[in-house]
Amino acid sequence: MTFQGTDFFRLDELYTEEELMVRDSVREFVDEQIVPIIEDHYMKGTFPMELVEKLGNLGMFGIKTSEKYGGAGANYTTYGLAMQELERGDSGVRSFASVQNSLVMYPIETYANEEKKQEWLPKLASGKAIGCFGLTEPDHGSNPSGMLTTAKKIDGGYLLNGAKMWITNGSLADVAVVWAKLDGRITGFLVEKGMKGFSAPEMKNKHSLRASVTSELIFQDVEVPEINRLNVDGLKGPLSCLTQARYGIAYGAIGAAMQVYESSINYAKSRIQFDKPIAGFQLVQDKLVHIFDEISKAQLIAYRVGRLMESGNFKPEHISFAKRNNVKMALESCRIAREVHGANGILNEYPIMRHANNLESVYTYEGTHDIHTLILGQHITGIPAFK
Amino acid sequence: MNILVCVSRVPDTAAKIKVAGDNKSVETAGVKFILNPYDEYALEEAIQLQESKGGELTVLTVAGDEATDVLRTALAMGADKAIHVKANQLEKDSFYVANNIANVAKELNPDIIFLGKQSIDFDSFQISSLLGGLLDLPSVDVVSSINYADGSITGEKDIEGGKESFETSLPAIISVQKGIKEPRYPKLPQIMKAKQKPIEVKEAIETPLRTEILEMTLPEKARAGKILTGSDADIDELVRLLHEDAKVI
Ligand SMILES: Cc1cc2nc3c(=O)[nH]c(=O)nc-3n(C[C@H](O)[C@H](O)[C@H](O)COP(=O)(O)OP(=O)(O)OC[C@H]3O[C@@H](n4cnc5c(N)ncnc54)[C@H](O)[C@@H]3O)c2cc1C
Ligand SMILES: Cc1cc2nc3c(=O)[nH]c(=O)nc-3n(C[C@H](O)[C@H](O)[C@H](O)COP(=O)(O)OP(=O)(O)OC[C@H]3O[C@@H](n4cnc5c(N)ncnc54)[C@H](O)[C@@H]3O)c2cc1C
Repeated sequence: MTFQGTDFFRLDELYTEEELMVRDSVREFVDEQIVPIIEDHYMKGTFPMELVEKLGNLGMFGIKTSEKYGGAGANYTTYGLAMQELERGDSGVRSFASVQNSLVMYPIETYANEEKKQEWLPKLASGKAIGCFGLTEPDHGSNPSGMLTTAKKIDGGYLLNGAKMWITNGSLADVAVVWAKLDGRITGFLVEKGMKGFSAPEMKNKHSLRASVTSELIFQDVEVPEINRLNVDGLKGPLSCLTQARYGIAYGAIGAAMQVYESSINYAKSRIQFDKPIAGFQLVQDKLVHIFDEISKAQLIAYRVGRLMESGNFKPEHISFAKRNNVKMALESCRIAREVHGANGILNEYPIMRHANNLESVYTYEGTHDIHTLILGQHITGIPAFK
Repeated sequence: MNILVCVSRVPDTAAKIKVAGDNKSVETAGVKFILNPYDEYALEEAIQLQESKGGELTVLTVAGDEATDVLRTALAMGADKAIHVKANQLEKDSFYVANNIANVAKELNPDIIFLGKQSIDFDSFQISSLLGGLLDLPSVDVVSSINYADGSITGEKDIEGGKESFETSLPAIISVQKGIKEPRYPKLPQIMKAKQKPIEVKEAIETPLRTEILEMTLPEKARAGKILTGSDADIDELVRLLHEDAKVI
């Protein structure tokens, strides 16, 4: 039985036929190709490499990238709905797709040299090449402008030195979008696998996003040719990419929440205690209604932000709002769903704890929940509270 | 090769079916409709045939206004164009549908016509045979594999408890069994392109109904389940029940 989802406010009436067709196609793919294998990968702590080519085939990479570079040229809403469905499968798989689409293909298409676009975008779109995005450093997470990685101008290119940490897909990547300081200003570079002095060891022992590869990136006198430099100056380079990805996460979180919601409803209706289904107890209904309520509101937010992005009429604060609200609601939904499932909620027979643990990362990456609070706080008071 | 695939729009397998107020039809409000799953297999067979031999792939449905969605799905999977025969009357029997397909097929002259072996809504199993009669062409049902040669095909079809090999000349009508080729998921770029592909609308030809639905009823409530105690001795009993009662193994 394919996943039905919940659509209390009949948003389906506002999506176009195409947007719904994409969602339903990804939905079916997730049910048939991701759900059956993901718990196993999660328990083993491995990324499902077998999915990469299939996802590429389905058109999940380069969703918004122009057709001339092998993308689909679709709109923001289509991208959002695809992320929603992928994250219903697993936040790790969605993270892979977010990185590929928003943090790698987006900056290459927007800032790279034409030759590099033609070299990398079609391969990234098909899944034949994998990318990663290196911004965070061991000592600079929420405050990337303090980064220590440097680029020095040399004859014909640049010399990169420094280290990045917590980089999704790092060890798998054929190309890394790396942010470094050149004469004190942040700029981006395409660092390619095999360049001398570049290594990407995997970080192990995570309790979260276990079906996703997270790595360090180490640069020791890595020579990067001039043509690999991105044509953008300052923090707005990486932030413009994060804006894209954060928007996708706002949709993605709804997917995870819908999955645990559906499991909770089914469980509560069939679990008998005190001679009746627990769904018939007021306390359990309160929990189910809470999740339902939060999902329904999050859907309205994601829909609206997507349309604002399509019209070009959005502010970064809209995206902070959507990421902050929707990830928090998904994480809370998982915790409540766990309660509804009783002891069964801790087993991997149900998707609950996997999603809950995954969302702990999602809560922190792409701007922590609190950093988005500060962005909104500054927006409404005019007073920055970061320092 | 010129290929025609006939598709229908059916309620989702997960949909809760209710009988409408007239007691003769299905309540459609709130029901999700999908491309008939057997037709997806037919379409996949056709797409792969076209990919290897070239030619044009047309999908056709005989249905009311609402059926554009399944035609778009078929176009997104890979069909080149679609024909929507608008059935303006609500009640359609198999002969009505077959007669309208035959009418279009005479114009198109396809080398091969594919259908799913049945439509999961009314399970009539009639269209392919009726088409064979109306078009005076060979018609083979429940086909599970096909090899293509010049002007003819060989293949296998499922029969009760086994397989049967067949050969037939082309043009021919083939209804396919589940699993003949795994249907592809409509890919995002193809979904985007499907919008530009043409859907030709034709008026249905008058065809008096030959059968009439008198009444529809839902099946009796399913039998009560059997609960076994879970002891070792129950394993044999479980196997027996699954084999003889439920007939699933
Ligand atoms: C699984 C995973 C994958 C990741 N993938 C990538 C990737 O692909 N690329 C990449 O570049 N990064 C990636 N990250 C890194 C992620 O973006 C950072 O973890 C995030 O930016 C937070 O940085 P930090 O972990 O250093 O926490 P810190 O910045 O040290 O924050 C610690 C705590 O302090 C709070 N805090 C910080 N500053 C303030 C302040 N001014 N006021 C109030 N509170 C504050 C934070 O909200 C947080 O609660 C990933 C992280 C994880 C967990
Ligand atoms: C790791 C682990 C170790 C354990 N070890 C032991 C052990 O050593 N010995 C042992 O005997 N048991 C043990 N247990 C079982 C534990 O005590 C039960 O899980 C607990 O009693 C809850 O029962 P349940 O899981 O069947 O949930 P259920 O009773 O099915 O409850 C499911 C949900 O429904 C709610 N609910 C149930 N009834 C009502 C009601 N009337 N009104 C409102 N809400 C209701 C519950 O609060 C819960 O949210 C263990 C459980 C775990 C997870």
